[in-house]
Amino acid sequence: MNAHANIGAASAVAAAPSRRIGEVLLTVENVVMRFGGVTAIKGVSFDVRKGEVRAIIGPNGAGKTSMLNVINGFYHPQEGTITFKGQKRSAMRPHVAATQGIARTFQNVALFKGMSTLDNIMTGRTLKMKRGILAQAVRFGPALREEVEHREVVERIIDFLEIAHIRKTPVGKLPYGLQKRVELGRALATEPELLLLDEPMAGMNLEEKQDMCRFILTVNDTFNTTIALIEHDMGVVMDLSDRVVVLDYGP
Amino acid sequence: MGDTAQTAAARLDTVPKLLLRNAAEFGRRPAMRHKDLGIWQSWTWAEVRNQVRDLALGLRKLGFERGDAVAIVGSNRPRLYWTFAAVQSLGGIPVPVYQDSVADEMVYVLDHAEVRYAIVEDQEQVDKVQSIAAQLPRLQHIIYDLEKGLKDYDHTRLHSYTSVQDHGRAELKNNTGGEAWWLSEIAQGQGADVSVMLYTSGTTGRPKGVMLTHDNVVKSGSNANVFDKFTAADTMIAYLPMAWAGDHIFTYAQAYAGGLCVACPESATTAVEDRREIGPTYFFAPPRVFETMLTEMTVRMEDAGPTKRKMYTYFMGVAQRAGGAILDGKQVSAKDRMLYWLGDKLVYAPLRNRMGFTNLRLGYTAGEAVGPELFRFYRSIGLNLKQLYGQTEASVFITLQPDGEVFPETVGKPGPECEIKIDESGEVLFKSPGVFLKYFKNDEATAATKTADGWVKTGDAGFIDGRGHLCIIDRAKDVGKLKNGALFSPKYLENRIKFFPEIKEAVAFGGGHDFVTMFLNIDLTSVGNWAERNNISYASYQELAGHPQVLEMIKKRVDELNAALAREPQVAACQVKRFIVLSKELEADDGELTRTQKVRRSFIADRYGTLITALYDGSKEARISVEVVFEDGRKGKIEGHMQVIDMQTHPAAVMPVKEAAE
Repeated sequence: MNAHANIGAASAVAAAPSRRIGEVLLTVENVVMRFGGVTAIKGVSFDVRKGEVRAIIGPNGAGKTSMLNVINGFYHPQEGTITFKGQKRSAMRPHVAATQGIARTFQNVALFKGMSTLDNIMTGRTLKMKRGILAQAVRFGPALREEVEHREVVERIIDFLEIAHIRKTPVGKLPYGLQKRVELGRALATEPELLLLDEPMAGMNLEEKQDMCRFILTVNDTFNTTIALIEHDMGVVMDLSDRVVVLDYGP
Repeated sequence: MGDTAQTAAARLDTVPKLLLRNAAEFGRRPAMRHKDLGIWQSWTWAEVRNQVRDLALGLRKLGFERGDAVAIVGSNRPRLYWTFAAVQSLGGIPVPVYQDSVADEMVYVLDHAEVRYAIVEDQEQVDKVQSIAAQLPRLQHIIYDLEKGLKDYDHTRLHSYTSVQDHGRAELKNNTGGEAWWLSEIAQGQGADVSVMLYTSGTTGRPKGVMLTHDNVVKSGSNANVFDKFTAADTMIAYLPMAWAGDHIFTYAQAYAGGLCVACPESATTAVEDRREIGPTYFFAPPRVFETMLTEMTVRMEDAGPTKRKMYTYFMGVAQRAGGAILDGKQVSAKDRMLYWLGDKLVYAPLRNRMGFTNLRLGYTAGEAVGPELFRFYRSIGLNLKQLYGQTEASVFITLQPDGEVFPETVGKPGPECEIKIDESGEVLFKSPGVFLKYFKNDEATAATKTADGWVKTGDAGFIDGRGHLCIIDRAKDVGKLKNGALFSPKYLENRIKFFPEIKEAVAFGGGHDFVTMFLNIDLTSVGNWAERNNISYASYQELAGHPQVLEMIKKRVDELNAALAREPQVAACQVKRFIVLSKELEADDGELTRTQKVRRSFIADRYGTLITALYDGSKEARISVEVVFEDGRKGKIEGHMQVIDMQTHPAAVMPVKEAAE
C-alpha cells in the first residue's frame, strides 16, 4: 500500500551540506569490457570526485554492475585505464582495491548467511587486524585487546545503522531490507574512502528506503566518504546524488 | 545522614530532595543502567546526582526560571530521566510527551503546556519539534541527547545535552558557587509545588494536562514501596512510554523514593532481549504486553517437536491445577506438589527464563482489564503477577491486590491511605494522597472530576465484593443495555475474545440494539504462523484477514466465546450474533487507538458507521473506504469489502435472563 512517492523527506533532513566536493578521486577512461563475443562496456569514461555522491543509472543490461566490478578489480577490462588516488592502472585488483579504501555492497546480498550480524560486520575489519591468525585464535593479550578495539568500531556501526536488535541473529534469517543494511555495515567497517553501492534500495519498502537514504547521506556527510551508487528509483537518485552518469546501450 | 541531606530541607517532600538523600545514603549503589554499544553501563546514585546537577546548572545558563515548563520527548534513556530531576530541582515542571505522537498531536500539548524548553532524544524528534516551532512562540531552546545527523543544524537555539552539561561543569570548575546555588534551589522546593504534568491519552477529546504535586508523587512512590516491600536491592526495566503516568510513578517516583535501580534498554526493539539479560525483580506491563508474550509462546510451542509439545501440554495442565494455589500458599496434594516441582524444572523455569522473569519477585499489570485466563496462566507458572487499578489523576495507585489475596476478577483492595466508594450510579470514586491538583487550564474539567469534598470520579463503573475487593465492570459511559434490558459491557466481551492468540483487537457493539456484534482484528504473528502451517498463502494483512479459512477459524473462536458466555447467566444474553473481521489493523496513528493502545470507541463507531449499519441490517457484505495515515505522516485511502459473519447463539445453560420480570 506504500507508493514510493515521498523519498524527498529523507534528504531534506540533511539540508545544510557541509561536505565539500574536492579533487578527482577516481577516473575511468575508455574502458572496454568484453565477455567472449558480448561487449558489456564500450568506451566508458567518467570520474568521481572526493566527497560526492555519484549515481550510475541506465537500463537493465547496460553494464552498470560490470562497471562497479571493474572499479573494484573483480573484472579486468580489455582496454582503458582506472586511476584511483592518482595511480593509473590498466586493471584494479580486488585486494589492492580493498587496502586502498574501496568497499562495496552487492545487488544480490553477499553475506555469510550462517553468521550473526555482529560477525558479518566484524569480517569487514579483517584488513585492519594486525595480529597473526594464531594469536587471534587463542585470543590472548594484544590479540584480545585488538579484538576489543575492533568490536567497539563495529558496535558503533551497529548503533549507527540501528540494528542492535539483530546483533546476534544469523543474517540468513533476516528480511532482505535488513540484510542490505548489514551489508552496508560490513562495507563501512572497512572505513572506506570510496563506497560502491549496487542497488542499495532494491526490494525495499518506503520506510526502509527512507532509512537507507538517511544512512547514505549521513555516511557521506559525517565521514566525507565518497559514494558511487547504482539505483533504479529515480526519486532516490535525484535526491541523493550530486552528479549522475548514464550508461546506455551503444548504437 | 550526611551533610548533603541536612543542607536540603529536613523533610523529604520533593523528588530532588530524595535524590540528595539517595546520593548520601546509597551513593555507591547503582541507580541507573543503560545498554550502550552492546555493553551495560551503570551510574551510581552519587553519579546521577552530579549528572543532574550539571544539567541543572547548564539550564540556568540558558535562562531557565522557576516555573518554566520543559517538554521531554523520547524513549527511556538515562539522560531523559535525569532531565526530570534537573528541571524539578530548579522548580520547573517537566512535561513528558509521547515520542510517537505525530506533529499535530505534539503541537497541541506543547502549546497547551506553555513549554519554554524541549529536551528530546534524537534527530527525528528535533525535526518534529522544529517543524512545529513556528506555532510555539514560547519555545526558546531545544536540547537533544543523541548527536547523530545533527552536526550541521543551526545551533542558535539548538543544543546538545552534553554541551549544556559542559556549561554546568565549567561553572563548577570556576567555583562560582554553582553547587551551593543548586542546593538552595532544591531547598526552596516544597511538597505542594507542581512536580510533573502528564497529559492523559484521551479516549475522548483533546488530552488534558494532569498536574501532580511533589506530595502526590513522593507519597505514591513511597506508599507503593512499603506495600510491596521494595528496597534499594530491587531492579526494574524502563520500557514503557515516559509520558505515561505508570512509567513516571514506577520507574521514577518509586525508584527515587526507594533507591531502586532502573535499567534502560538499548532501544525499543531490544527491550525483550535486554530484559532477559537484566532479570528485573519488579516488572510492570499493560495486559497487552502479557498477551503478546503469551501469543509468541503459544506460537513457538506449536512449532516445537512432538515431545516438547506433549510435555508442555501435560505440565501446563498441572500448573493450571496447582500453580496458583501453591503461589497463594494454599493446601495442595502431595502428588500435585511433586508434579509441579518437576514441571518447574522442565517447563516453567525455562519459560520464565525465556521471558526474562527468572529473578522476578513481583509483576503488576494494569491500564486495562485483563482476561482471567491470561492472568491465571502467568500465575500458574509461578510468576507473582498481580493487578492494580489506577489512573493518572490518582498518581496511579487506587487499589492493589495484596499478596495472598489475588483474584483474577478483582483489582484488589484500596492502597495505603486510599479510600474508595461507589456512588448511586455505580461509578467508582476515590480519595488518596495521590489525588491530582487540577487539570492545567481546564477548570471546567477539574470541577467535573473532583467533587467539593475531595472525592475524584474515575469514570469507571464497578462494585465492591464481599471480600472488600473492587471489581471494575467497564467505563461507566460505555456500559449499556441491550433492547431486552440485559446489561452490556463491551470491554468485558472484548477482553474475553482477545484471550485467543489469533485475535489482537476487538470492538463490541450492542448498547440499544437487539444483539451484540463485533469488529475483530486478527493477530498477524499468530494467524500468519497458522497460515504457514496450513499452507495458506497470502500477500498482505488485508488478504489474510479476508481469507475464507481464516474467517472459518475465527468463527470457531467466536463460537467458543459464545459457549463460554452461555454458561454465565449475567452475560448469556451478550453472545455475539454477527461480526466482521476488519481488513485494516486499528492504529493509534489513525486515531482509532490511544497512544496507550486503548480502543477509542466513539471514534471507531463514527469512522466505521457503514460497517455497524451492515452488522445490524442483515447484509452479507460491507464496504468501507477510509482515510489512513502512513507512518511518515502522509495520508492515503484504504478500501475493501468484508464479509459479515452470522453466528448461532448457545442456549443459556443455567437460567435464562429474566427479561420479563423487569
